[in-house]
Amino acid sequence: MSRRQASYDGVAVCAPVTVPYVRFSNETAHWWAGAALRQLRDSVGLTPADVDGFCFASFTAGPDTVVGMVQHLGLTPRWMDHLPTGGASGVMALRRAARAVQCGDADLVVCLAADTNAIDSFRHGLANFSRFSQDAVYPYGFGGPNATFALITDAYMRAYDVTREDFGKLCIAQRANAASNPMALQRKPLTMDDYLGARPIADPIHLFDCVMPCAGAEAFIVTTPEIAERRGLKAASVLATIERHNAFPDDPVQLRGGWEMDIDGFWESAGITPGDVDCLQVYDDYPVIVAMQIEDLGFCPKGLVGKVIRQTDFTISGNLPLNTNGGQLSAGQAGAAGGFQNVTEGLRQILRQPLGDQVPGANIALVSGFGLVNYDRGVCTGAAALKAMS
Amino acid sequence: MNARPPKETRDPVLRKKARHLPPGLRSRSMHAMSARAAQGRFALQVCADCGTATYPPREACPQCWGTLDWQDQPNGAQVLCETTVRVSTDLYFRDHLPWKMGKVALDAGPVALVHLHRSLRPDDRAVIRCMLDRGGNAALFALPLHTSGDIDMTDPQLREFVVPIKGKTVLVSDARSAIGLAVVKAMHDAGAALVVAGMAPPDRPLGDGAQILSLDGVQQMPLDISDQTSVSEALSKVGGPLDIVINTARHVRSGGVSAHGNLVEQRRAFDISAMGLSRLAQAAGPMLAGRSHGAFVDLISSDALSGSASHAGFAAAEAARLALLQSFRHEMRGAGVRVMSVFTGPVEDEHFQSVPPPKVAPRRIAGAIVDALTQGREQTCVGDIAQDAMDRWLEDPALYAREKNL
Repeated sequence: MSRRQASYDGVAVCAPVTVPYVRFSNETAHWWAGAALRQLRDSVGLTPADVDGFCFASFTAGPDTVVGMVQHLGLTPRWMDHLPTGGASGVMALRRAARAVQCGDADLVVCLAADTNAIDSFRHGLANFSRFSQDAVYPYGFGGPNATFALITDAYMRAYDVTREDFGKLCIAQRANAASNPMALQRKPLTMDDYLGARPIADPIHLFDCVMPCAGAEAFIVTTPEIAERRGLKAASVLATIERHNAFPDDPVQLRGGWEMDIDGFWESAGITPGDVDCLQVYDDYPVIVAMQIEDLGFCPKGLVGKVIRQTDFTISGNLPLNTNGGQLSAGQAGAAGGFQNVTEGLRQILRQPLGDQVPGANIALVSGFGLVNYDRGVCTGAAALKAMS
Repeated sequence: MNARPPKETRDPVLRKKARHLPPGLRSRSMHAMSARAAQGRFALQVCADCGTATYPPREACPQCWGTLDWQDQPNGAQVLCETTVRVSTDLYFRDHLPWKMGKVALDAGPVALVHLHRSLRPDDRAVIRCMLDRGGNAALFALPLHTSGDIDMTDPQLREFVVPIKGKTVLVSDARSAIGLAVVKAMHDAGAALVVAGMAPPDRPLGDGAQILSLDGVQQMPLDISDQTSVSEALSKVGGPLDIVINTARHVRSGGVSAHGNLVEQRRAFDISAMGLSRLAQAAGPMLAGRSHGAFVDLISSDALSGSASHAGFAAAEAARLALLQSFRHEMRGAGVRVMSVFTGPVEDEHFQSVPPPKVAPRRIAGAIVDALTQGREQTCVGDIAQDAMDRWLEDPALYAREKNL
C-alpha cells in the first residue's frame, strides 16, 4: 500500500490554451509550440522571462527534446522535463509541475504539448514507435493502433457484455458536445445509424471509433496562487493525482487500466466522491478506453459499464458531462497534445472559459490520461481532480 | 525448343505486379528467434534464474531481472481475441487485406499477437507454428488443432508463409542422379505443373529413371551446371515463369588433402558444388524474383559444417556452397524469394557405397524437400547423421570439428 499523497497546497493551475487544430500541417512541432506560447503571451501577457519551468511533450519534435526546445523558444528555466508519454502526458506534466512549484524548484511552469501532422507523418511515426511493436506487432497485419485496440475491444465486449450501440452512445454524445466547440474538426451530428453503418477498419473497430490525427498544440500554466492572483489569472487547485505504468502486466488482455490500482486512495486524498465531479475529461483514443475509465475511475462497478452507459446522459447538459470539447474522437488527435486537451478542457470548464458550451455550475473536473501502446496495451495511466479556486 | 507449349496469358502492356515485403526492422534478440524459426523451431527466451518464459524478446527477465536463454517451447495456445485488419498503411499488407490476426495465451506462458487461421475463434485451442514471413523474420501463426502435417494451401494468409508446389514450374538440377530422379518424382507427385529435369552430361542410358523422366509434365533439359553456357541456355528454354529451383548437383569423391588427395576431383567438386550454385543462382534468381512464391532449394552435405578427413575436397566444396547460399539467401530476401537448405549426411546411392549405415534414401531426401517447401522451413536436416551434425555444430562448433574427424 502506497503512502498517502501529500496535499497540493500552494499550487495553482491556470491559463489553458489550445492552438486551433488542422488536419494536415506543413509547419513543424516547433512552430506549433511557438504558437501555443504566442497564445499565452497574447492572452495572459506571458514573456520568456516569466517562465522558469518548462515541461514538454511531443512525438514529432525530433531530433529535438525539451533541451532543443528551450533554446529554440528562448526560455531559461531552472526546471524542465520531457514527457514521451503521449496520452498520459498532460496529467503527468501537471503532477510534475505541481510538485516543482510547491517545493520551490520553479515559480511558473509552462506545460506544453505540440505535434504536427504532415500528409505521411502518421505512417512514419508508426513505423518507429517501439521495439516491441517492431518485433511483435507490426509484422502481424500492420493495422496500427486500430488493430491493437480492436483486439482489446473484442475481448472487452465479450467479457463485460458491452455492445457497439453502447460505444456508439459515447461517440454520439461526444460529437454532440463538439457541436458548440468551433475548434473541433468534426462537428457534423453523428447518428446511431451512421455509427453502426460506418466502414469496418479492424473488426469490431469501425470508422467512428477512430480519432482523426491532426496537428495542434495545448498548454497550461502551473504556478503559485499568489502569482496567479498577481497576474489576474483564474486558477484551479489540484485535489489529488495518480499515475501508474505497466499495471497488471499479467492480465492477458487489457480489460482494466492502471487507475484501478490507486483509485481508492485517489478519492480519499481528493476528499470527494465520483458523484461530486461536474465534468469528466477522459482520454478517448477509442471508445473502449472511455468505457474502461468510467469503470476504473470509480464511476461504476467493473462489468456494469454497459448498463451505466445506457442510463447516463454524457452531453454537456447531461448528468455526467463527458469530454465536453468533443474529445479527440470529434476534436481530433494532435499527437501528444491529445494527452493535454483533457487537462485544458477540464480547466476551461471549471474556470468558466469554455471553447463551446459551459457545463452548468462546473466546479470540479476529473481529467484522466492513458498513453503509449508499447506492445499490446497502453502502458501509462494517470488522473487528476481539479477544483476551481474561489 | 521451348519446354512448354506456347500460351499467351499475359498482356505485355500491363504493368508488372510490384511485390512488397512486410515490415522488416527487428531487434537483435528477435533475429535470434528468427534464426531458430528458420530451423522450424518455436523457441522463446527463458530466465536462467526463475524459469519464466518471456515474449516479445527482451534483454532481461521482467520477473526477476535474470539472464535469458533460448529454449524450445510447447506449441499449444488458447485464442483470446481476434480482429480482421481491413485498413493498413503498409504496402505489403495492403496487397493482402483483409488480414486476420489475434492474440493468444501461449501454453509456454506469455501472450502473443499471432497470424490467425481463418477457422479459429476466441476461446479455441490452437497450435502455434513459428514460421518465417516473406521478409525472412520469425512470425507466429496460430493453426487449428488436429492440423495434420499438411498445411492448408487454400488459406491465402498461410500461403504467404509457405511455398506451394501444386501448379508450379520446378527446375531440378542433376535429375539423372538417384537423388535428382527422386526429387523429380516427388515434385510431379506433389502436383507441379511442369518439372524441368536438368540432365547433366554425359548422355547415357537412363535405366530405372526412364519411367520417371517420361512422366506427364516432366520435361528433360540438357543442363550442365559446371558450364555457364549450358545453364543460360537451359533457363532461357524454360521460356516462362519459373517458380522453384531445386539444386541437387554435387560431386562426391573420397580422399584427403595430402593423403590420397586428388586435385582434379577437388577442383571438380568446387566447380559443381560452389561455382555451380553461383551459375544456377545468377541465371535463376531474376526469374524467381518475379514470382509470387519463388523458392530456391539447395541440397547440401552436413560435411559443409566442418571439414571431413575422408571426403576433404567434397566437404570443402560443400562448405563453400553453404557460404554462397547464405549470401544468396540474403540477396533474395529483398525479392521475397525463399532460399532453403536441406542438409543430408551419407546417401544410399553409388557415391557412398563404402560408407556404413545409417544412410538416407534418395526418396527420403525428396520427401524432405517437399516438406521444407510446403512448411516454409528455411533449414531442414534429413536423417539422423545430418541432424546430429547440426545439433553438435550448433552446440559447440570447435568441439564438433575435432570430434568429427577423430
